[in-house]
Amino acid sequence: MKTSLELPHALEDALRRLNPTLSRRHFLASSGALVLSVGASALPVGRALAQAAADGPYPDLDFLQLDTWIVIHPDNTATFYVGKTDGGQGTSTAFRQMMCDELDIAFAQTRLLMGSTDITPDQGGSGGSDAIETDGWPMRRVAAEARRVLLELGAAQLQLPVSDVTAAQGRVLAIADSSRSISYAELVGGRRFNVSLTGANVNATTGAAAVKPVQQLQVMGQSLPRDDIPPKVDGSLTWAVDVRLPGMLHARNIRPPLAGSTLRSVDEMSVAGIPGFVRVVQEGNYLAVVCEREEQAIQAAQQLRAEWTPPAQAPFPASEDLFDYLRASAPMSSREPRVSGDPAGAFAAAAQILEADYEVPFQGHTAIGPAFALADPSDNQLTIYSNDMKTYSLRTGIAQFLNLPRERVRVVYMDGPQVYGRTAADDVGFEAAYLAHTLGRPVRVQWMRHEETAWDTKGPAYAFRMRGALDAGGRLTALDYEARALDYAHVGYNEPDTVLIAQLMGRRPARPAAGGAALPSVLYGIEHLRLAGHVLALPLVWETPLRTGNLRDPDGPQVTYAFEGFIDELAAASGRDPVQFRRDLIAASPEDDSFRRARSLAVLDAAVAAHGRWDVRSAPRAPASGPVLSGRGIAYTYRNNTVVAVIAEVEVNRETGHVWVRRLVCAHDCGLAINPVGLRNTVECGMLHGLSRALWEEVQFDTEKVTSVDWASHPSMRHSDTPEAIDIVLVNGDPNPDRPDLPHYGAGETSHKPMIAAVAIFDATGVRLRRAPFRRERVLAALNAVQS
Amino acid sequence: MSILALNVNGAVREVDVEPSTPLLYVLRNDLALRGPRFGCGLGQCGACTVLIDGAAVRSCVLPVSAVSGAITTLEGLAQNGALHPLQQAWIDEQVPQCGYCQNGQLLTAKALLDNNPRPTDAEIRAGMEGVLCRCMTYYRIQAAIKRVVGATDPEAAA
Repeated sequence: MKTSLELPHALEDALRRLNPTLSRRHFLASSGALVLSVGASALPVGRALAQAAADGPYPDLDFLQLDTWIVIHPDNTATFYVGKTDGGQGTSTAFRQMMCDELDIAFAQTRLLMGSTDITPDQGGSGGSDAIETDGWPMRRVAAEARRVLLELGAAQLQLPVSDVTAAQGRVLAIADSSRSISYAELVGGRRFNVSLTGANVNATTGAAAVKPVQQLQVMGQSLPRDDIPPKVDGSLTWAVDVRLPGMLHARNIRPPLAGSTLRSVDEMSVAGIPGFVRVVQEGNYLAVVCEREEQAIQAAQQLRAEWTPPAQAPFPASEDLFDYLRASAPMSSREPRVSGDPAGAFAAAAQILEADYEVPFQGHTAIGPAFALADPSDNQLTIYSNDMKTYSLRTGIAQFLNLPRERVRVVYMDGPQVYGRTAADDVGFEAAYLAHTLGRPVRVQWMRHEETAWDTKGPAYAFRMRGALDAGGRLTALDYEARALDYAHVGYNEPDTVLIAQLMGRRPARPAAGGAALPSVLYGIEHLRLAGHVLALPLVWETPLRTGNLRDPDGPQVTYAFEGFIDELAAASGRDPVQFRRDLIAASPEDDSFRRARSLAVLDAAVAAHGRWDVRSAPRAPASGPVLSGRGIAYTYRNNTVVAVIAEVEVNRETGHVWVRRLVCAHDCGLAINPVGLRNTVECGMLHGLSRALWEEVQFDTEKVTSVDWASHPSMRHSDTPEAIDIVLVNGDPNPDRPDLPHYGAGETSHKPMIAAVAIFDATGVRLRRAPFRRERVLAALNAVQS
Repeated sequence: MSILALNVNGAVREVDVEPSTPLLYVLRNDLALRGPRFGCGLGQCGACTVLIDGAAVRSCVLPVSAVSGAITTLEGLAQNGALHPLQQAWIDEQVPQCGYCQNGQLLTAKALLDNNPRPTDAEIRAGMEGVLCRCMTYYRIQAAIKRVVGATDPEAAA
């Protein structure tokens, strides 16, 4: 059996480069070789470093020390340490580009480590598509500060005023004579900067240096190949799931067979004869088996006899009755409606009123690799190997859950399957930590497919009631949006009292989280507007597979589907082309924060131009002969400061109900693009993930349990669903592109909206699909309902 | 437990396991290979794919005792230090997002092209249909396969 500890090459390599005998922690705690007069602040130099040495094994790193972020090595390479994670959108490459540019060092001379809690500053991990928009800024500023310090040191060595030197390719050189130069390594290689930074929080971290103006950026804006792709393609990457430790055990969970059941008894003898059996672990309704080998644990989990008492009350309605339940039940809470103008008066005066109900079911993460974690309790510490996107809160939450000092817990971040929000990677991390802590041996926990698909966190189901008022000229005068979301007890990230194991053990907060019913971001100039939302609950609140948490672009696909779908209905009712209808609404917007109005018009125009054959129409295309109908539709949306327009072309087979989105066109403006190809691919895959949710994804359940548990019962998009053409235009159309502070806004979740393909289906068929996903039986039923 | 001999990536390896153990766990846990990965354990998703005598096989549902042919995993795709053209195309097209499924995508594409060096778009879609990607890199995968097909197409090269 292989017993060696395997870490990612980059991690091993970086640790070795620092010093073969010293860990990064020891490096940071060691006395600085430099005594600088150029420190950026009056904070005591080395304050946290001394603290780090005293406090224990895994103290928090001090983000106010430059050495926490950047190390220059004796071979004139640099390692960057950042508190983010990369789910495969290429942020690790983008961050390197940002820091290389500010530091003036060649991209190839750098590496970047992220996410491991004991070697990187806590930037919270990933979430909210804020990596480039928010977390990139402190990285740029600390790299700029390192450059400033190196310029001062270099100028002194070259016996020149600082104003007479510059930096390039990891060297400080005389402006007047570039042959006079000194490398960064000669200045600080293998030693600490010992420079303090300032900032009230990690996002505000800064030195004295300013970042470069956009005109001077050289590495940012280049489509450099992603650094994580070659090892993912040649098989050399060590993933979190690949780590093997001496004495490691394998565990599998056994979930309540019916939601809300109580564990009455467990017959350990039913599995005691399995070779390699170690133990059954039970606390409350949490149940797991632990064995020496993986296949033994799988067998034991299948074979273990346990008696469960079903709940007295059905935990939830069946999924086919979900929307009746959602519309008929009393809300747990209702937000104060956001009202502008006089919607009631406008509806009373309307020439025409439209009403429509939209519905989106629960949808899951259903990661391609079910949730995984490995925990090692060796040396009286607890190390968790995980791909969780928020490793820092995983560490803190586990320490709280097990009542351990934070300093004794660390999370080693490694690559893993998709992490688009609050995934079961949180839950399994706590389970591995609990089992390792209980057994005193390393324990690897791997969720099975049925567990991942049934029990991972879900994006909330929504029912919408939309109403719109048109005047006699077909002008939209009022819009009323009312959302009902099944989002009560929404679980947060790595909360020690809401992770699944805590729920099953009966450790819960006094009050469930209120949850939320999202409102659309409305830039349209609509005079009379009312936006309202209600949160509802299912009967079973805890220990339920229908627990909600953030799923990629939380609420965005649902809200955009209803809102933009209804805007399309209004355009059709007013006899206007849907592009022109939206253009007029945007142009009527009173608001132009961050030039959003101008940029929105630009992306709409860019999408139409890229599409190349938008035929202006005021009504659906006349039905063609033959079984296959085609149509096109557009949606516009924005998320924070990123604006997006998507055009879908669809084919609908009216005999089978099969929908194929043949082409997608996206115009996307997120400001300064750090890596255009990486951005483009992220937008593409985000759109297609949204398309999978539009066409296929739906959590199904009866009144006892989730019944969609694998790829047969819970289908996902496949190769054959892929569009034959995808055109993405990066508009990045700041009206003033030379503006020095041209910002970089977020991407990743912005383009996740293709449920709006429904408007193209309308164009093809004349039938509105107001219930997602658009599986063929549902499409066929909608077509037949109109024909009959 | 039984001692079994497996031919993996050109070398004969002996393992001492229960004969009913799925090949996936033997490759990962006994032979420390990283290419084949657990995705469903049901033969539905393709993340565990290996090549056996050139055919793409789901190792998560194949008992190790049923294996008689030569096994190639993702680690064995490169030859003499040179990436397989599909691997290079995957880099050129910047295919992966998270990358977890790409083992199955690459090996299935390899088996597809070995059988049919010049597949049509429809044949690519059909041949790859059983391999799932939840980051939705399908369009990039198809582009990468077409890139290899184009490079070996004498008409395209002319």
